[in-house]
Amino acid sequence: MSALLSPGGAAAQLIRRDLRLALRRPGEWLQPLGFFVIVTVLFPLALDPELSRLRDMAPGVIWVAALLSSLLALELLFREDGQDGSLEQLALSGLSLAWLLLAKTCVHWLLTGLPLVIVAPLLATALGAPVAALPGVLAALFLGSIALSLIGAIGAALTLGLRRGGTLLALIVLPLAVPVLVFGAQATALAIALEPLAGPLYLLGALAVLAATLAPLAAAGAVRISLE
Amino acid sequence: MAWTWFHRFGSPPHFYRIAGKLVPWFAVLAALACLGGLIGGLVLAPADHLQGEGYRIIYVHVPAAILSMMAYAVMALAAGTGLIWRMNVAYAVAASCAPIGTSFTLIALITGSLWGRPMWGTYWAWDPRLTSELLLLFLYLGYMGLRAAIEDTARADRASALLALVGVVNLPIIHYSVDWWNSLHQGHTLLKLGRPSMPPSMYVPLIAMIIGFMLYFGAVLLVRARGELLRRERTARWLLDVVGEA
Repeated sequence: MSALLSPGGAAAQLIRRDLRLALRRPGEWLQPLGFFVIVTVLFPLALDPELSRLRDMAPGVIWVAALLSSLLALELLFREDGQDGSLEQLALSGLSLAWLLLAKTCVHWLLTGLPLVIVAPLLATALGAPVAALPGVLAALFLGSIALSLIGAIGAALTLGLRRGGTLLALIVLPLAVPVLVFGAQATALAIALEPLAGPLYLLGALAVLAATLAPLAAAGAVRISLE
Repeated sequence: MAWTWFHRFGSPPHFYRIAGKLVPWFAVLAALACLGGLIGGLVLAPADHLQGEGYRIIYVHVPAAILSMMAYAVMALAAGTGLIWRMNVAYAVAASCAPIGTSFTLIALITGSLWGRPMWGTYWAWDPRLTSELLLLFLYLGYMGLRAAIEDTARADRASALLALVGVVNLPIIHYSVDWWNSLHQGHTLLKLGRPSMPPSMYVPLIAMIIGFMLYFGAVLLVRARGELLRRERTARWLLDVVGEA
């Protein structure tokens, strides 16, 4: 198989396969999005719904909700493929497992990260963010969600097939995700205050690039350990 | 040739024997250093002109904080050694580091908040250093949680070793992100209390305490690693000889 398929071709096939499988079961992939929307909407109900006060809370609310929702989605990343043996086949294929996992994580982000980015302006508006702030909110969540998916992939690979995987996954991933949360919320706060937000955005971009470089290698190591 | 000591140290019976001989030395030296440090710090050192007698908690707080980070470094180093050379002994050492490091982190957090109450007027402030220490605690908990969740020891070793290495790459990023996060909000001028550098009568006991804590860490680590080895190698022949001796 490895002789017939170039790394690029294999990744393209894997992406097509994962997308097709996921689109046949939209309910599964839409759940994290629903969770994100509901958690964000709960805050105005629990707090004083005055817009000026919500505006101060908006960055924290959006980012904590996005972080929790990405955590929920992580269980979908490797679970099925781990159970039915596809992951083992990927590991045995002779192609770079890190590269294939990067492709899988890309699909995962397309299905669970990108939807959050798309609805974020809507939710930010509901929380009182001015229209001029929306591009900044969008950009921050775009970069941050990429980093979150990649960091989460390590945790998902480490907890593959464990019985109490869910809470353990949160315990492992949340401390690692703190920098993304910090810079993301900071960029969003600056955007809502209509101030220049290039600084934290660059840092978010750096985190996303670093995660894209190292996380697949760590995830590949973790998958190999988990499959043994 | 230079590697023979390394391979010998990696053999469980040798490690078990050498560690057993080292433990009393570490323990006695740790007790001496801590005793000297405590007498120097609690009795001989003068009171601080700003903080009065309250500053003396520094003699427990700072060594515990240093050791909480050192234990993580040792853990990651041992975990990396285990992953590279597949050494059972290294894994045993890494696994033994985590609970000790967690205890040091807890001690640093608790003494820090006790110190913060009279000095800053609050038990907890979202100061970068406090927050980093708290996140370090979560990293330790994640490491131990992962170990506890995996039944097969070999898989637990390798998976947790990988997590420890990921944590080491992340720790500086977490530290700086938390640093910058709060520096944008407010500068903690109050926290700079200890900055005017200390006179020797204050810092010599502190250094003695730090050395004492390190030796104590070494002693406890060796004891724990020996126990861990006994559990892992419970079917090995050399263990029968050791038990027969005792």
